[in-house]
This record gives sequence, C-alpha cells and structure tokens, in this order.
Amino acid sequence: MLANAVIQIGLFFLIVVAISVPLGRYMARVFSHEPTLLDPALRPIERLIYRLAGVHPETEQSWVEYAVAMLLFSAAGMLLLYALQRLQGLLPLNPQGLSAVAPDLAFNTAASFTTNTNWQAYAGESTMSYLTQMAGLAFHNFVSAAAGIAIAIAVIRGFVRRNAKTIGNFWVDLTRATLWILLPLSIVMALALVWQGVPQNFAPYVQTQTVAGATQTIAQGPVASQEAIKELGTNGGGFFNANSAHPYENPTPLTDLIEMLAIISIGAGLTHTFGRMVGDRRQGWALFGAMAILFLMGVAIATWSEQRGNPMLTRAGADQRASAAQSGGNMEGKEVRFGIVDSALWATITTDTSCGAVNSMHDSFTPLGGLIPLLNMQIGEIIFGGVGSGLYGMLVMAVLAVFIAGLMVGRTPEYLGKKIEGREMKLAMLFILVFPLVILIPAAIAIVLPAGLAGISNPGPHGFTQVLYAYTEASANNGSAFAGLNANTPFYNVTLGLVMLAGRFLMKIPVLALAGSLAAKRTVPPSAGTFPTNGAVFVILLVGVILIVAALTFFPADALGPIVEQLAMRHGRLY
Amino acid sequence: MRLWVALRMTIVLAVLTGLVYPLAIAEIGHALFPFQADGSLVRRGGAIVGSSLIGQNFSAPRYFQGRPSAAGDKGYDADASGGSNLGPTNKALATAVAARVRELRERNPGATAAPVDLVTASGSGLDPEISPAAAALQIPRVAKARGLGEDAIQALVRANTRPRFLGLFGEPGVNVLMLNLALDRLRPGGRPTGS
Repeated sequence: MLANAVIQIGLFFLIVVAISVPLGRYMARVFSHEPTLLDPALRPIERLIYRLAGVHPETEQSWVEYAVAMLLFSAAGMLLLYALQRLQGLLPLNPQGLSAVAPDLAFNTAASFTTNTNWQAYAGESTMSYLTQMAGLAFHNFVSAAAGIAIAIAVIRGFVRRNAKTIGNFWVDLTRATLWILLPLSIVMALALVWQGVPQNFAPYVQTQTVAGATQTIAQGPVASQEAIKELGTNGGGFFNANSAHPYENPTPLTDLIEMLAIISIGAGLTHTFGRMVGDRRQGWALFGAMAILFLMGVAIATWSEQRGNPMLTRAGADQRASAAQSGGNMEGKEVRFGIVDSALWATITTDTSCGAVNSMHDSFTPLGGLIPLLNMQIGEIIFGGVGSGLYGMLVMAVLAVFIAGLMVGRTPEYLGKKIEGREMKLAMLFILVFPLVILIPAAIAIVLPAGLAGISNPGPHGFTQVLYAYTEASANNGSAFAGLNANTPFYNVTLGLVMLAGRFLMKIPVLALAGSLAAKRTVPPSAGTFPTNGAVFVILLVGVILIVAALTFFPADALGPIVEQLAMRHGRLY
Repeated sequence: MRLWVALRMTIVLAVLTGLVYPLAIAEIGHALFPFQADGSLVRRGGAIVGSSLIGQNFSAPRYFQGRPSAAGDKGYDADASGGSNLGPTNKALATAVAARVRELRERNPGATAAPVDLVTASGSGLDPEISPAAAALQIPRVAKARGLGEDAIQALVRANTRPRFLGLFGEPGVNVLMLNLALDRLRPGGRPTGS
C-alpha cells in the first residue's frame, strides 16, 4: 500500500515536471509574441476579437491603466453573470425550468466566479440552468483564469523591463491567454473526458425506473466542456453539487489523473515561463523547487493521516486496514475509485492551487488531513498556485525573502537586478497583510454572531474549522469547502462574497503597482554582494520565509480548530 | 470609452467560450462518443434502468448492495449529489457507522470484518462501485438467495471488477449496477441467458 502511494504520487510529480517545462516555454512564446504552431488558426480569430471589441493591440498600458482595464472587465463580467442568474427562468437552454436565483445567492455566485473562487453556496443540478452554467459560469472560468495569467505576465515584465512606463496591454494578454492556452487545452481535455464517460448534452434530466423498482432522476448537462476549463483555469466550481467526486464529472482513475494534471500544470509551467522571460531559467527552477518541496510535504502528511484513518471508525467495527482488496483508511466522503491516495493527492493539489474542485469531502477528512488543505490556502496558494496568481504570489514572497536576506547581511536587497526599496516592500507587505486581515476578522465575527453560528453543522472544534475554512477559501479565491457549513444564507452569502472580492482585487492592485514600480527602475548588474536567487540556499530561505509568515499569522486560529480536534480524535473524544 | 471596450470584450468572449465552445464539444462529443455524451445510460428490455456511472439503491438479499449514500433523503438521489459532511469527531458519524456495521453482520452471517467503504457514505452519494473486499463479503449471501454456487457469482464479480488504471492509478472497484444486471441474466444453472 505504501509502495503504491509512493509510486502514484511520484509518477504524478514526474509527469508534472515533464509537462510544465514545454508548456512554460510555449507560454513564454505566446506572451513574447513569438510564432507558435497555432498562429495560422488563431491569429484571424484574435484580430476579429480586437475589431469587435474596439481594442488597439499595439497600445501599451501603464500599471494604472492595466489595473483599470482589469477592474472594468471584471465588473462587466460580474454584471453579466448576475443578470443571467436572475433572468434564467426566461432564457433558453433550461429544460428543467429552473427559476431565477435569489438576489443574495446571485451576488455571492457572481462575486465567486468573477474572482476565480468558484465557491458554491448552491447545488448546481438543482439551481443553475444549462445556459447559466455555460455562458455565465464557464465563461468566467475562462476569463478569470486568463486575467490571472495576464497579471502574472505583467509582473514578469516589471522585472524584465528597464526605465519603462508600461507593463503590456491587458486586453491583448487576456485574449492571448484565452485563445492560445486555455481554449486549445480545454477542447482536447473535454473530448478526452467525454470519451471516459463525462456527459455533454442539453437533454432534460433522465427519469428511470431502477433495477430495484424505485424511480431515479439523473441530472444531465454540458458537463465535459465545463469540467475541462474548471480544472485548467483552477476555478473549481462543479457542475454538480458533489463536484469532481460526482461520477459524471470524474468517472475513472484516468479522468482523475487528467484533471489533477490540468489543475497544476499551467501554474507549474508559469515558473518556467518566468525563467525564460527573465533570461535565466534557473530562476524559474528555483521557484519550482520551493513549490515542489512544499507540495511533497503536504501530500505526504495528508495521505498518511487519511490512510491511518479514524480510530472511532475502528471502534464502531469498520475495517480500515489497507489490502489488495480495499484501500482502507478514512473512506467517509471518499469514492472507491479514488481511494485514499488519489483523494489526499487531489485535496493537496486543489489547495496548493486556487482550484477548489474536490473529489472527496474535506469536511469528513481526519483533522490533520483537513489541516493540509487549510494550510495550503493560508500560505497563499503559491505552491504552483492558481493560474497566474500562484506565480505572482510566489514572487511577492521571493521579494520578502531577499529583503530578509538583505537585512541579515546589511545590504540593499536586489531581485533579478532590481533594487528592492521602501516602495516595493510597502506594496509587498500590503499584499501579505490584506490576506489574513480578510480571513481572521470576518471569521471571528461569524463565530460570535447567531447568524454565523447557525450555519455550523458539526459540533466541537470541527465547527470552528468549518467557519475558518470558509473565510480562508473565500479570501484565497479557492472555493473548496468544509461543505457541511450551511452557507446559503444572507449572512454568509454577503460576507463571503465581499471577502472574495477583497481577496482578489485588494491583492491584485498592489501586485500591479509593484510591477509598475519595478518596470520603472533601472537594472543593476550583479556584484559580489548580490545574494544569488537561483540556487539551493535561496530555495531553502524562501520555503522558510513562507512557512514562518503563515505560521505566525494563522497558528493561533488553527490551534483552536484542526489541531485541538486531532488531539481529541486520538484520545477518542466525540462531540 | 474604456467601459465600452470592457463591455464589448465581455460579450465577445462570452459568446466564444460560453456558447461556441460548449456547443462544439457537444457536436464533436456526440459524433465520436454518443453513448458517453448522453450519460452512459443502461437499458434493459428497451427501458432505461439507470446509468453505468451512477449508483442506485439495492436492499434485497439477492442483489449486491452499494455504499451508504447521503444524496437526497433516501440516498442515491441523482438530482441531489453530495456527501454526509460529518466531521471525524461527530457523534452522529460514530452512531451511523456502528449501526451500519450491525446491519451488515445481520445480513451477512459469518462476515468477519466490515470493509470501511461499505459502512461509510461516499463523497458524491452516487458512488457506483464498492471495493473488491466489500463484494467478496456479499458473495455467500447473494449465492444463497439465488440458489447458485458461489463460484458462479465469484466469476461475475471478477468480470465486473475494474482494475487500477495501468495497474497503478486509483483503486480497483466493482460496479454494483452492472454486476446486479449480470446476475439477473444468469440462469439458475449458472450460465448467462441470451438477453
């Protein structure tokens, strides 16, 4: 069993390395406007989009113009999604006759998908029409991901350019990320998913008489197209309530493998895109290395804890021992086809990135197994990370790491030839501080207000973890859940919606300002006193800084939730 | 001006990624894989009896039983997928599992261990599979209820067991619906009938 776990996780990691290098090279070409194989097919579509939208692709934007374009585009998309939900009863492609979504839920969902969070306070199959799923939700899956990639590229340009006033054109980066990266990968992946059994139809739900004579209504829909972009764009919003645990979203171990690779590959590839664009591939490998260390640590702990199981299940008479005939372990909330290893691996990946799709129910994980997804989000989803957001989050941590290294030796810190000075550090600290602020304060409010307490479904420390997890995932734009929390209430819909917007835009704006500030600087040549950021020492320092920042910020809160629950569980305490 | 560009860009990309793309996948998907695109629906005598990917409730002794389900009030509601979301230290989980273990032992006299997947609710509530251990435990009961030899049942279980992908990824599973349909096709002598 241990051997199989090591082989599955090890092979998975090797495939990620093998995919991310060429993918990173390809993305660097796309955003440097170098020729690619897809140009003959895509250039005409690109030009048509610019003409229809009135974009002047040759115009460059300052960081302020870039940020304004991103904000206006997000606002327009959020409005479209809100309108589609409110009007879906009158619109086509609604064979189940689903009625308008309530205003607070429609706001929450619009904020959620616009910010790439894809938190779902609703059950897809009983709430959203096919049209809303496609043109509302899947559309945002594409463009919120494309906007994330665009901003990461803009930040890279900030490091590359010298004495420059501009960092690119948002509309061009958005369009190219959609056309050259997300759409082609989605088409191939969606067809592979259909082959494996993921439905893609517009039929009404199927009414059957089961073998045992009961009736069963089987929800249908255009699932495959949405499933593909949901993973590739690290969005995570499921077509169905059970998300990728649903056999229609994720029917086989092969689809599970494809979907996990889709979640992680673009984020991993962007480290190499970064290395190529800054002209030193080892810089990219250094970030990749730091991410890989954190990833492997997380998945090892989560897998071990879930496989070890829950002593309470053994006392109740269940056999949790692994054998050739069963996976064993804590199977509550998990699917037989994924067992322990693929469930723990998925839970780690989906929170390393900002995906939030789940193939098992995190609420039913052992406390330690559930702590890993929570921690992954609390360190900022920079382990490969959300498409785009992972890279720029990691770059902010790298800036912090060189700053701390500079303090230790008493020199002005540099990163990639750019002097890191007061303005850059203020922006980096703003980015780092906004995040815990919008998690811990709303969570603290929720656990003293009756409206917040009313949503908790599990007693004891686990109930607190449910609330902490909800605000963490909302701020981190993740969207996975301790799903027992009854969050479809005006209180949670509104507060979580606002936290998602803050977690996205209050962090993106400082990052773009940082990019603008760096682009305007000249580049200094490396000297004997320059701390090299492409070697093992930097990787270790970076991992250390990330863990210390997260631990200092979140340990007290986590101690009240999963940590105390783990101790209680080992001592046989129930609530 | 900028807002106007943002609105036009939203519409253009919504049409491309929200309409053209899913419609194209539906067209190509149906051309290449029509059975899967329509939900892998299984028919018996012309009537749809379910989907090979979606689990359903079985309680009669002559059928293999699937995992406990938290989907809908009665379980296996394929219009209301989801797990129990009971936490690991929740008393309600301990009580539910203990009751399932008791029931399992009553239904399957002689069963020693209770495979964990057979007494815990799946994540989707629609898990179509059980572990090979969970199937093996039920073979004597099903054989007795049908008046068949255990060997014949054993062979069917094996035929409906999906191995790991490439022998490495995921876990093996036994598809409960397909296994039960195959059982119904068996004549008492132990050989499948024509239909």
